Amino acid sequence: MYKSWWKITGVILLVYTVIAGLLLDVPRLPALQETIRNLYFHVCMWMAMMIVFTISVVNAIYYLRTFNLKYDIAARHYAAVGIVLGLLGYSTGIIWMSYTWADANNPASASFNAIAREPKLIGAAIALLVYFAYMILRDSIQDMDKKARISSVYNIFAFAMLFPSIWIMPRILPSLHPGQEGNPALNVKDDIDGSMRMVFYPAVIGWTLLSIWIATLKIRLSLWKEKKLMA
Amino acid sequence: MERKKVDGMKKLNYFLLAIFVFCFHMIAGAQGDPSKVQMADSMRSNGKIYVVIAVILTILIGLVLYIVRLDKKISRLEKEK
Repeated sequence: MYKSWWKITGVILLVYTVIAGLLLDVPRLPALQETIRNLYFHVCMWMAMMIVFTISVVNAIYYLRTFNLKYDIAARHYAAVGIVLGLLGYSTGIIWMSYTWADANNPASASFNAIAREPKLIGAAIALLVYFAYMILRDSIQDMDKKARISSVYNIFAFAMLFPSIWIMPRILPSLHPGQEGNPALNVKDDIDGSMRMVFYPAVIGWTLLSIWIATLKIRLSLWKEKKLMA
Repeated sequence: MERKKVDGMKKLNYFLLAIFVFCFHMIAGAQGDPSKVQMADSMRSNGKIYVVIAVILTILIGLVLYIVRLDKKISRLEKEK
């Protein structure tokens, strides 16, 4: 395998996440109960998504500075992996909230009414839709250079949209979703329990490394295709 | 007269204290005693949790092996000219 040490690190961290994440003690909180362990999986999807989108925008900027097509291909595939992580985060969030937010005493429609107003859900949906638009925009342009240039510029806008939609807006509006104040799960003081920190940070790194690995595979494959077309 | 006023104050104080204690109980009750929160303790004590871990690890390792194979295949493609 090509430069494999970080891939092995990622896999070891993920194995550690599953074992320690299910076995170590967690705070006993009402409503959350054992589902608090989802922090190692659901939240990590979003963390990895943000990191991967950041890598994508950095590659887009590199493309605009050098006009080397390989950076554009990298930006595209990192964005695609980011979208997958976002969708996984969204669907895991749906499962989690239907067991913790939804009030069993109310009819499902009333719970849905409250949940559908969640600013965090709307913000995340906007952010993902902006990235869907990036894919559509890219694939609708035939000319290689034009495609790369326009989509790289759009990538920067899409990244900029992440700020209001998932970092600012949900913090201003009232919400059921935790992490209103400051940086959720990253605050050094009184945020998540110390024992959870021991699993959460390795978990973020592990999931991120795994997604980067998948992205690099896709990038290498399309670079190979590109080379084959040229030859 | 003076005595009555003091008694009244005392009563009021006790009343306020009672309300405070009652509210405190309400809040404490809502928060829940940590040891009373239902967790999957029995799953841990009878060791069934290891079954869950084994299943998740198997899926994870299976997916990783699949990615490793893909990685090797792509490396082979890159090498051949």
